[in-house]
Amino acid sequence: MMRAYFGSWGNSLLTLAALALIVLALPPIVGWAVIHAHVAPDPAACRTSFGACWGFIVEKYRLILFGAYPYDEQWRPTAAVLLFLVFGAWRPRILWLWVLAALVIYILMRGGVFALALVETSRWGGLPLTLILSVVGLGLAFPFSVMLALGRRSKLPVLRALSTLFIEVVRGVPLISVLFMASVMFPLFLPEGVSPDKLARAIVGIALFAAAYMAESIRGGLQSVPAGQEEAADALGLSYSAKMRRIVLPQALRIAVPSLTNNVISTFKDTSLVVIIGLFDLVGAVKAGLNDAPWRPYYIEGYLFVAAIYFAFNIWISRASRKLERRQTF
Amino acid sequence: MIFWNNRRVRGVLYQIAALGAVALVIGWFVGNTLDNLARAHIATGYGFLSRQSSFAIAEHMIPYSPADTYLHALIVGALNTIKVTVIGIVLATVIGVAIGILRLSANPLLSRLAGVYVEAMRNVPVLLHLFFWYGVVTQTLPAVNAAWEPLPGVFLSNRGIAVPWPGAGVPLLDGFNYQGGAVLSPELSALLIALALYTAAFIAETVRGGILSVPPGQREAARALGLKPFQSMRLVILPQALRAIVPPTTNQYLNLAKNSALAVAIGYPDFVSVANTTLNQTGQAIEGVSLIMAAYLTLSLGISALMNFYNERVALKGERT
Repeated sequence: MMRAYFGSWGNSLLTLAALALIVLALPPIVGWAVIHAHVAPDPAACRTSFGACWGFIVEKYRLILFGAYPYDEQWRPTAAVLLFLVFGAWRPRILWLWVLAALVIYILMRGGVFALALVETSRWGGLPLTLILSVVGLGLAFPFSVMLALGRRSKLPVLRALSTLFIEVVRGVPLISVLFMASVMFPLFLPEGVSPDKLARAIVGIALFAAAYMAESIRGGLQSVPAGQEEAADALGLSYSAKMRRIVLPQALRIAVPSLTNNVISTFKDTSLVVIIGLFDLVGAVKAGLNDAPWRPYYIEGYLFVAAIYFAFNIWISRASRKLERRQTF
Repeated sequence: MIFWNNRRVRGVLYQIAALGAVALVIGWFVGNTLDNLARAHIATGYGFLSRQSSFAIAEHMIPYSPADTYLHALIVGALNTIKVTVIGIVLATVIGVAIGILRLSANPLLSRLAGVYVEAMRNVPVLLHLFFWYGVVTQTLPAVNAAWEPLPGVFLSNRGIAVPWPGAGVPLLDGFNYQGGAVLSPELSALLIALALYTAAFIAETVRGGILSVPPGQREAARALGLKPFQSMRLVILPQALRAIVPPTTNQYLNLAKNSALAVAIGYPDFVSVANTTLNQTGQAIEGVSLIMAAYLTLSLGISALMNFYNERVALKGERT
């Protein structure tokens, strides 16, 4: 046991340095975060001490979690997030149940029917917006990415060239340029009068971007399926679509799960870039809260709170994917 | 119907259909776009590049004034992007390699600490890192006349970071400005810290994976020869691990280059920020976005080419990759 920490001179020095770092950093952090912290939502009290001002979170948590969604209607996004969490934990393997849940969430959020007041998408914000951008974006990206991956491996040169061109161009540019494209160019592409709202444009941008990366993960999976599998399917006389759907893709997707998980986590984090095109997701909402002058100095508290939410979701996604990897069949 | 049963004929038909569909969609987009532009009286083309930009850029590596052209402004932005990318890559590599090696340390304290670092960094959006560090630099660091000097010649203040630089000497505080040295603006400092710390976590993981891919017999053989741990790492393990490290690290460099576009969120005048201002002033949306995409494709291809050149040097001789 001692050898692991003090096996050699160098190792002992590193151990001491690490201990010193912990001993020097921990008390101020605990002092700041707990002992001297203020929980009451009173910026004047916070200014008198050097402790954390969690009062910012207490005061603004509804703004951070729900953005500009009308205050009296916020039970609706709460219900939408809960429904999402239930589905995320339960993960039913029935497509129409997911579609139904998405529909219920949409009706809850937007309203305009069943005596629910209409709330335009421009007022959606915070956690539900982050989740909608990620889940709908990834949901649209997945079938598209399978098509792109198959296209890139196709024996037909035109399909291969089109898929490769799309994947490489999208992977070579930053997401923010795709989002700019979605926000300023899509309205130009469509006929006069047809202008999808900002949220829909952002979702399309995220989906196109995620699809290119997911296609590469799936291509990796396709390449690891032994050639004999495909030859056996051919020998059985299966058509291309039956061969892919029944033989190749089920194996390829299972191999691709770990790298698809990375894509999912990246996309979830990357949805925060919609702040730059003027949507108020979690990051946008906490920034809006910090624009309130008396609370401006307490940015660390605000960003830590939001970082903790992202962290929790990402750990949850990694856990779920490890479970999925262990399972033999989907 | 006989020709339909021929696989080759069917393949050709599929491809014609795919091309036709893509051409139809693009044609429809172009048609709509031309209609919309004509209605808004916006001229297409890149003629606006030679017009006067009329906006100021806070940081420029080459002389620039608002009287210069848009093209000149875009070049200033591109140079700023390259500056962030190059410094960011160097910092991220140094931190990432150190964390990656620490993560494999036999000392549980060190490997745990490195693990906590990697998990905390990777699971939080890079934009949040960026806003956090921008807050630290502009709000928490002391005023310039009370600048914090953690190392001799290195000054941290809410006006940015001043460091000694070869040829420019050591920074000296003179009133509210530094004389000599290299001064990084608050925006550039926050951007570099955020990108370097974030990307370092990913590089650490590729370094760890690469070192683990070296068979344990190599390390044992190095020890049997009497090499010290540091020597065996430098002379035996790392040269072999590099083969597994370089390709995924190239991806991380590309990600860093692309993430540098987030500069627009805190107002550092990188290429995207300048192109976005240009786009808003001139209304040339298509040209602006196409310039951004072309610039980043060029940057990405450049980094890939450099890294492929390096990869060929570290790859096994005679090995085909």
